[in-house]
Amino acid sequence: MWREPSFHLMGKVLQVNWLYVLLLCGLAGVGYVALYSAAGGAPEPYATRHAERFAIGVVLMLAIGMIDIRAIAKIAWPAWFGGVVLLVLVLRMGHVGKGAQRWLELGGLQLQPSELMKLALVLALASWFHRASWQRMGNPLFLIPPVIAVLIPVGLILKEPNLGTAAITAMVGATIFFAAGVRWWKFLLIALPIPLAAQFAYAHLHDYQRARIDTFLHPESDPLGAGYNIIQSKIALGSGGMWGKGFLQGTQAHLDFLPEKQTDFIFTIIGEEFGFVGGLAVMVLLGLIIIGGMLIALRCRHQFGRLVALGISCNFFLYVFVNIAMVMGVIPVGGVPLPLVSHGGSAMLTVMVGFGVLMSVHVHRDVEFPRARDDR
Amino acid sequence: MKRDVERTGVFTRRALLLMGGQLAVLGTLGVRMYQVQVRDGARYNTLAEENRISARMIAPPRGRILDRFGTVVAGSSTNWRAVLVAEQADNVAATLDAFSVLLPLSEYERARIDRELHRRRKFIPVLIKEFLTWDEMAVIEVNAPDLPGIVVDAGTSRNYPFGPQMSHVVGYVAPPNEADVADDPLLGLPGLRIGRAGMEKFHDLGLRGRAGSVQLEVNAVGRVIRELDRQEGVPGEDVGLTLDAGLQVSVLNTLGDESASAVVMDCRNGEVLAMATNPSFDPSVFNSGVSQAQWLEWTNDRRTPLINKATSGLYAPGSTFKMAVALAGLESKALSPGDHINCPGYLDLGDTRFHCWRKGGHGTLDLRGGLKNSCDVFFYEVARRTGIDHIAVMANRLGLGVELELDLPGQRPGLIPTREWRISKGHAWNMGDTIVSGIGQGYIQVTPLQLATYVSRIASGRLVQPHLTRRLAGVMQPGSEPDDWPVIGMTEKLLQNVREGMWAVVNEPGGTAPLARLADPGVQLAGKTGSAQVRRVSRELRESGHFDSEKLPWEYRPHALFVAYAPYDAPRYAVAVVIEHGNAGAAAAAPLARDIMAETLRRDPANRTAAPPAQVAEARR
Repeated sequence: MWREPSFHLMGKVLQVNWLYVLLLCGLAGVGYVALYSAAGGAPEPYATRHAERFAIGVVLMLAIGMIDIRAIAKIAWPAWFGGVVLLVLVLRMGHVGKGAQRWLELGGLQLQPSELMKLALVLALASWFHRASWQRMGNPLFLIPPVIAVLIPVGLILKEPNLGTAAITAMVGATIFFAAGVRWWKFLLIALPIPLAAQFAYAHLHDYQRARIDTFLHPESDPLGAGYNIIQSKIALGSGGMWGKGFLQGTQAHLDFLPEKQTDFIFTIIGEEFGFVGGLAVMVLLGLIIIGGMLIALRCRHQFGRLVALGISCNFFLYVFVNIAMVMGVIPVGGVPLPLVSHGGSAMLTVMVGFGVLMSVHVHRDVEFPRARDDR
Repeated sequence: MKRDVERTGVFTRRALLLMGGQLAVLGTLGVRMYQVQVRDGARYNTLAEENRISARMIAPPRGRILDRFGTVVAGSSTNWRAVLVAEQADNVAATLDAFSVLLPLSEYERARIDRELHRRRKFIPVLIKEFLTWDEMAVIEVNAPDLPGIVVDAGTSRNYPFGPQMSHVVGYVAPPNEADVADDPLLGLPGLRIGRAGMEKFHDLGLRGRAGSVQLEVNAVGRVIRELDRQEGVPGEDVGLTLDAGLQVSVLNTLGDESASAVVMDCRNGEVLAMATNPSFDPSVFNSGVSQAQWLEWTNDRRTPLINKATSGLYAPGSTFKMAVALAGLESKALSPGDHINCPGYLDLGDTRFHCWRKGGHGTLDLRGGLKNSCDVFFYEVARRTGIDHIAVMANRLGLGVELELDLPGQRPGLIPTREWRISKGHAWNMGDTIVSGIGQGYIQVTPLQLATYVSRIASGRLVQPHLTRRLAGVMQPGSEPDDWPVIGMTEKLLQNVREGMWAVVNEPGGTAPLARLADPGVQLAGKTGSAQVRRVSRELRESGHFDSEKLPWEYRPHALFVAYAPYDAPRYAVAVVIEHGNAGAAAAAPLARDIMAETLRRDPANRTAAPPAQVAEARR
């Protein structure tokens, strides 16, 4: 029989993975230090706000973590529909930033629906596969609705256009399909046409997106134009060396050679001031957070929680990968922040909501959450 | 249930696979980070240093131009100007509107300001208005709260204390063009000016100085964070002129409103003490740009204010040329000092008759009498005997019709015709051409500066060259001592023949220029008059007896010339005066030359004790 954990509040609080919360606090602390330096050695205007937002985020995370995972599962599909509506809204009336419509203004809060959409998609897919029996997983027709559930938001995000987030969204969706047990050959079936699709997509990309890819391939061709960010970022990182220039001693970041140093390029400040050693330490911390999320997924007893935890962890991993790879000039510049480190309120809150759901999975890892009635 | 276990198993396997993949990817990023930070670290470190250091030039102050006593004739003065720093203004347009209410801005200025504001980064000041007066500055300062972003700052601008009185010698500066900037990047600095005329142009490189440099730490948008290193440039050298500013002013006053030119030269060494041209222009106008109306006014003025008549005004020398003809005759032995020539009032050559200026003729004259009376027939005859080639060689040797070694751009060489020159133009040389050349007419053209040089050489017997530069950076330049100049290579006796004639012109009863006599009986002036026809006077008109040049329209009247040196017994100064369309040299030019010479002698630096120490110090600085 299932051992039903005690569900009064105090019991739940004890079930929280406090080690994991500690890791998140550590990462946010790294963010505080980096943002303090980005402001030229002052808590204003970034670091204090960052700490405040994180505090709010932690409370939000713990609150969500108290919510029964089965209740969350119930709102999975409504959340998905809500996300799609928001994405349509942002296309209709969103604020234009850098040639794309990305966020909505909601009572002073900037909302990026694409971020919420990813979480909703994870929940929706997890809910769909949760009720699927092993036999039904083999039925291709059963896979059509979730594929559509992925394609609709990806298409809408592409239309904003936000290539990076669309790709991450698609990959998060694919990971859940994979973890749910979809056969390898089915992935191959989808993966094979991708090079052709990429050709087609490149032809229809916006000029600024094409410029990103072109300058990624040849950054030195346009050192003062589109290649500037990549070159300056590498110079800042490289000049940090093994041990770094020391806290607040980074010249490149403080002299504004780094664009968006407090958001997308925050990692370069760490690399410049704390060197390879400091950067590696931060990467280890990020790795621990990813592994922690995956362990929560493995430890969970019900398929919904497993898939949700895995989706959220993979989303976090993809964020980290795209950001750091971009900063090091491994992939084109993508406008993706480093979660919990970069400055920015809306991204921080969506990430913390995601961790809240992850925490709810952990707290409710042993609850009885059987498949739906239709299963044989 | 068994199926669910299988499902869990698949999930676990695949989740572990994903986890491994993620860790592998992170590890790859770590390797990449090692490559960038540690393996290539040194290279990026160098790039980082280059990134943040920007070397910039600093403009050296332009050297001054001083007169021979250290009086500043071209200096730099503070140019108060209003600039706008866009980032300090909440609303740039509102600030500019408020500013134009106080100090009106033309549409043209406003368009320029908008253009520059648009083009430059927000922290770089944009010039709103320059050359502010004290009152205008006060208006801006008092209203400062309404003018956020407006700052009054001090630039430098070239200023010319003597204005139009010196402009033809000193020249002027103007903003450099792109070709200039390509030659010397220093000129690209804002506010820098390049010498465009006169001494400003001739000594431009020295006056300009060498740029200093400053190493600045800058951020990505070029804003200066702090100064790392500074190397002061070399300030431009001061140029000391041979001119006496006081004399220059006095000469100009003497010339009055005439369209005229006068040159005062130290005849022992060629130092130009005054080079006056009337009318003139204000050189500071070029600093900020010349308006179209002003330009048209200058170019349409028949008195040609933009032309330095002393070096580029070409005139027939008229009778002032007779000394050259006489010396050519004497040296070629075509004329001997004791020769007498009869003047019946004309000379016939074939069926052409050449008239003397005096209708009845002068009777029999020797050289001294020929010069004293300026007898035309005497010199027709001398020229006929001597031949144009000897005359041309002598004239050139005395400084006429040749380019002088003058340190002032824009001089014109004039012309002494020769047989070859005429043939090269496709004509034959006629004896008649030689005859009229004997009285300085025909094709001959000279400048007032050449006339002054000519007289200096006759008076001193040295081949002096006119020059205007006396000191560079306080160091005396060669050429100020008589011995710096070679002797002319004619015997003193030969020269003395014409000197005596010139003395008689002024000081003997019956000479043509009694008006040139100096008031001080102790100092005697020797000179020669000249009148240069500007158009041919027909024989009928002249013979009709109704020819009166006074009644001609201004531009057809002959030019009046006078050349002189003094003191006669110990030549020191030479003066050449040309009054355009002034009619007779004796009446129009001689009295002016006398006044100029009197003032020159009065101001003789040799009569002065050494220049006051302060001024010398000034001059050396």
